[in-house]
Amino acid sequence: MAALLPRATKRLRLSPSTDSVCHGCRRAFASSIRHGQQQQPAPSQHVSQSDKTTHFGFKTVAEELKASRVRTVFSSVAANYDTMNDLMSLGIHRLWKDHFVRSLNPGIRLTSATTSSPQSATGQTILDIAGGTGDIALRMLDHATTINRDNATSVIISDINPEMLAEGRKRFATSPYYSTTTTSPNRRVSFLEANAEDLSAIESNSIDLYTVAFGIRNFTHKQVALQEAFRVLKPGGVFACLEFTPRLSNPIMNGIYKRWSFGAIPLIGQVVAADRESYQYLVESIERFPSQAEFAGMIEDAGFIVPGKERGDGGDLEGGWEDLSLGIAAIHKGVKPA
Amino acid sequence: MDIRTQMSQHTFRRLLALPQPLRLRTFSILNRPPPNYPGHVPLTLVERGALALGSAFGSLRNPHRHDLIAALGEATAKPYFIARLRAAMLANPTGRRILRDKPRITSQTMSLEKLRQLPENTVGRAYAAWLDREGVTPDTRDQVRYIDDPEEAYVMQRYRETHDFTHAITGLPVIIEGELAVKAFEFANTLLPMTALSLVAVVRLKAVERKRFFETYLPWAVGNGLKAEEVINVYWEEELETDVEVLRARLGIEIPPDLRETRKLLRDKNKAERAARDAKDRLGAGMGL
Repeated sequence: MAALLPRATKRLRLSPSTDSVCHGCRRAFASSIRHGQQQQPAPSQHVSQSDKTTHFGFKTVAEELKASRVRTVFSSVAANYDTMNDLMSLGIHRLWKDHFVRSLNPGIRLTSATTSSPQSATGQTILDIAGGTGDIALRMLDHATTINRDNATSVIISDINPEMLAEGRKRFATSPYYSTTTTSPNRRVSFLEANAEDLSAIESNSIDLYTVAFGIRNFTHKQVALQEAFRVLKPGGVFACLEFTPRLSNPIMNGIYKRWSFGAIPLIGQVVAADRESYQYLVESIERFPSQAEFAGMIEDAGFIVPGKERGDGGDLEGGWEDLSLGIAAIHKGVKPA
Repeated sequence: MDIRTQMSQHTFRRLLALPQPLRLRTFSILNRPPPNYPGHVPLTLVERGALALGSAFGSLRNPHRHDLIAALGEATAKPYFIARLRAAMLANPTGRRILRDKPRITSQTMSLEKLRQLPENTVGRAYAAWLDREGVTPDTRDQVRYIDDPEEAYVMQRYRETHDFTHAITGLPVIIEGELAVKAFEFANTLLPMTALSLVAVVRLKAVERKRFFETYLPWAVGNGLKAEEVINVYWEEELETDVEVLRARLGIEIPPDLRETRKLLRDKNKAERAARDAKDRLGAGMGL
């Protein structure tokens, strides 16, 4: 029967034919890799207490391990983080972050109404989560200082990864906000190494503005992080999240965007940062993030009021977020009820 | 069916008849086939082309990025060259044994302490001495990832891991000049395109080095590479106790002039000349001339 097919179609294979590769060779090379591997991945020191697993990109890992694997990914990307962001988003991430900060309008502008308020003396306290390299925090302080003439507003930069925080310290060392003493009272920026799911170092009801930009998709338990956000915010405080969306609404643009994500981004990671795996993880983690409607629902479940939302015909939330760049990223906001 | 449909179907079939690595698309980025071995990443033709270009320019800008040179090798090895190298291994009895055993060279499988204790003039001792002289280790080379056939991937991995042995028996150092000489030798010997492409780094050499390269080392490399046996077929793990001269004679390799010695002599000569000139100037200034 095969002889009846034209020769060209016989050779057409939609994927490299696995039966033309001798099984022994494949197994032998695979075993030679395992034998030759210098750094064996450290076996887990304990049998995981629960069988609970979660996603790490497209892989499935035990829940306890996700945070440390995320930390490892960001340790390796920390040094080239800003260069890679520019290459992956073709510089557009700067526009998103500028718009994010501008729409939040941090800082207290002194008008006749606010001059006598007690808070204008201490300024706002902003908590920037997963903000290691400090690009959002710097924009917040610049906006507060320059546009609202508020020299008292301060930012706490928090991140699970010390290398990212080190990059943040480097960035702030050349800014006007760096203070030489860590205990100086008018310190505009401070750094906190913490897991967003456990902000016990921060008092409840003490934060005016909680921001997380491109961080929340890496959290193991997003709902727990949202509940911590609810706890630390003052009543009337604002929760704001800038994050990628798992798909665009326009199918053609989505096709192009996905091919860029899965083809070009790991390649750029390999050439620029010598690290294909971390960037493969990053694009896979975007795929796994809940859609805008689902995420707005999670924010509501944590107790926030989501402005602008309506229930559409299908019962989904609509309008409770702001799409950026055809829906590649979205800004979600929530307000803690007073 | 009319002639136009027949012609376009014929063209379509001819396009499909191209070898798999050159065919425009057999799978898409979003629909990759399963890996053939751990760490395998199947790339489309566009991705391979982009990787080749990106790693070529990246490694030219920063020659310390060994991973880019490795990626360039993998991206340019198909369709013909890695298959030719594998066929050369299959045609040789030792090569066939290497392909059957698939040995790997890492600092675990090659114990340097044992090598240092081997008698003088053995391959193993020369290898350990070269590693010590250059201050490098047989650290884990990057894993091959972008070559689809597992056996060809092993051939590439073997080439990468035995590169240091080639350095050791020719005595060439790890500085750019030495690396380029070894790459030229490897191109004449293995025909891998990456070795020829890395010779573009000649533009990074100083004028004196470039002259030395074109006058001495390039002719040595090409002559010896063509004349010598395929170095990929040497079972280095079994040759550790062979005498180096015997191995070189068997392979047909002459040793080139010692590059570090040549550079050192030149540096000392320049330093002596400069010192003499300074002394003369000082003397002249002292005498008020």
